[in-house]
Amino acid sequence: MKKSNGAGSYQLRLYVAGQTPRSIAAFTNLKKICDNHLKGRYELEIIDLLTKPQLARGDQILAVPTLVRRLPEPVKKIIGDLSNTERVLIGLDLRPAR
Amino acid sequence: MRDVILRLPMQGAELAKTPTGIRGLDEITRGGLPKGRPTLICGGPGSGKTLLAVTFLVNGAVQFGEPGVLLTFEENGDEIANDVASLGFDLPELIKAQKLAVDYVRVERSEIEETGEYDLEGLFVRLNYAIQSTGAKRVVLDTIESLFAGLSNGGILRAELRRLFRWLKDQGVTAVVTGERGDGLLTRQGLEEYVSDAVILLDHRVHDQVSTRRLRVVKYRGSYHGTNEYPFLINSEGISVLPVSSLALQHQAPMDRVSTGVSRLDEMLSGKGYFRGSTILISGTAGTGKTSLAAHFVDAACRRGERCLCFLFEESPQQLLRNMRSIGIDLEPWVAAGLLQFHADRPSRYGLETHLVTMHNVVAAFKPSVTVLDPVTNLMTVGTYSDVQAMLTRMIDYLKTENITALLTSLTPGKTDLERTETTISSLMDTWILLANNEVGGRHRRGLYVLKSRGMAHSNDVREFALTDRGLELLDAAGAAGDASAGRDTPIERTRLS
Repeated sequence: MKKSNGAGSYQLRLYVAGQTPRSIAAFTNLKKICDNHLKGRYELEIIDLLTKPQLARGDQILAVPTLVRRLPEPVKKIIGDLSNTERVLIGLDLRPAR
Repeated sequence: MRDVILRLPMQGAELAKTPTGIRGLDEITRGGLPKGRPTLICGGPGSGKTLLAVTFLVNGAVQFGEPGVLLTFEENGDEIANDVASLGFDLPELIKAQKLAVDYVRVERSEIEETGEYDLEGLFVRLNYAIQSTGAKRVVLDTIESLFAGLSNGGILRAELRRLFRWLKDQGVTAVVTGERGDGLLTRQGLEEYVSDAVILLDHRVHDQVSTRRLRVVKYRGSYHGTNEYPFLINSEGISVLPVSSLALQHQAPMDRVSTGVSRLDEMLSGKGYFRGSTILISGTAGTGKTSLAAHFVDAACRRGERCLCFLFEESPQQLLRNMRSIGIDLEPWVAAGLLQFHADRPSRYGLETHLVTMHNVVAAFKPSVTVLDPVTNLMTVGTYSDVQAMLTRMIDYLKTENITALLTSLTPGKTDLERTETTISSLMDTWILLANNEVGGRHRRGLYVLKSRGMAHSNDVREFALTDRGLELLDAAGAAGDASAGRDTPIERTRLS
């Protein structure tokens, strides 16, 4: 599934493996963060590795869930259920690291 | 060698094994790695872990029709392909033929932020995809411990590794996991805790500027295995491991005899010469005719149409051919006919293990009936007496197993140190012939004495001999010119016994 919110400068991909509670939590957490901080300037693609295993290699996916910020460069990866908003924002460079 | 192992006692049904196709390793493990289970290969940097693991995969794909998957964490596919190209492996070709899949897993800590719970299902997905797409039966993870450098949550990693090894077993693939040797542990992260079926330790030591590689099977659940340290070699022909002493004293003891090439010496050995497949030591000080006696034996064997292999540690083949021609033994035709092969190496060129493995490989390739080592004492310069003894034990054992008659010459340094060298190896010998120069009555005399020859009634005489242009000739036992001391009871024996 592909969800586009206009021509955003942020290109995000969320890799999950099946509809597990953890992947649903990651998606919910991510949605909230994007709506609050990136509204109107991001593109989010969700990839389920159980149906598209061949895609794991390209983005060097190891852990799931993994959020990949493909743009802007450099590529960033945030792994886990994204429950710690502060760390996700740091990972996305939306907030300077302390 | 395989026969010897099959003759070892069997208790119940052994585990199913997956052959590695690595010479020696399959012998030590009695058939290979535990089928459908993970094996841990650990060792320090540069100990050959990756090469061994990749060899396991390539042999599987090429020799045993078992496709493989290489999950590499440290080097990318191109780097690995380059590393193993020197062993004659063509990874790109195997990948193209779908006999091999290589997936490089890169974990860059600086790119990764961790927030909340996760698992390594992505790794499982990749591995599963690679296994499914090739129909893999063999999997190598090299080196999975790199994950610990890339991810910070050790608890999750450990739980996931445990799950991974369980999962690999469920897939029924035979896996090889490599790990870097750690402080006080076999691997840095204690992988041995997860891989409990088989553990192989590799070691690379440099001693006196000579490097030797060794391999040891630390653990092999449910199977007999050799427990020693085995030398192994990595060269252009790949990896070979040398089993020590073939594990058991079970050679055949053939009754047929082979001529020494000197008919009067045959007579001294109950009329028939050496036993086939036995080991003969010819020792003496410099210039006593050791090599000449060896050349007679080689010449006689070639005349019978048998193949001979000579390891020279002192002379070049050309030198030896020239010198032997001067006493009327022309070995050149045998070389031309392909019956005789020389293998000349300076002992100091590499370590004992390497000599051993090289000799092993040359013998296995040439399949001679007779092998000569001239002089074996020169090997003493690259190792201690006990090292040399251990090495010769292995070599002789191998030759006996293959029913190859071995003739070793030994240079005795001087009268004072007469038996030092010999005692190191004499117990391995079936026949021991002693040559000596003695000055008696202003004349230089050469004497020959059969010190021992197991399993036959041999002469106890000390016989005088001469090196003529027709070769080595034993003089009449009674003495050619009525000189009683010429044939018997010369001072040689007294020298030895004093």
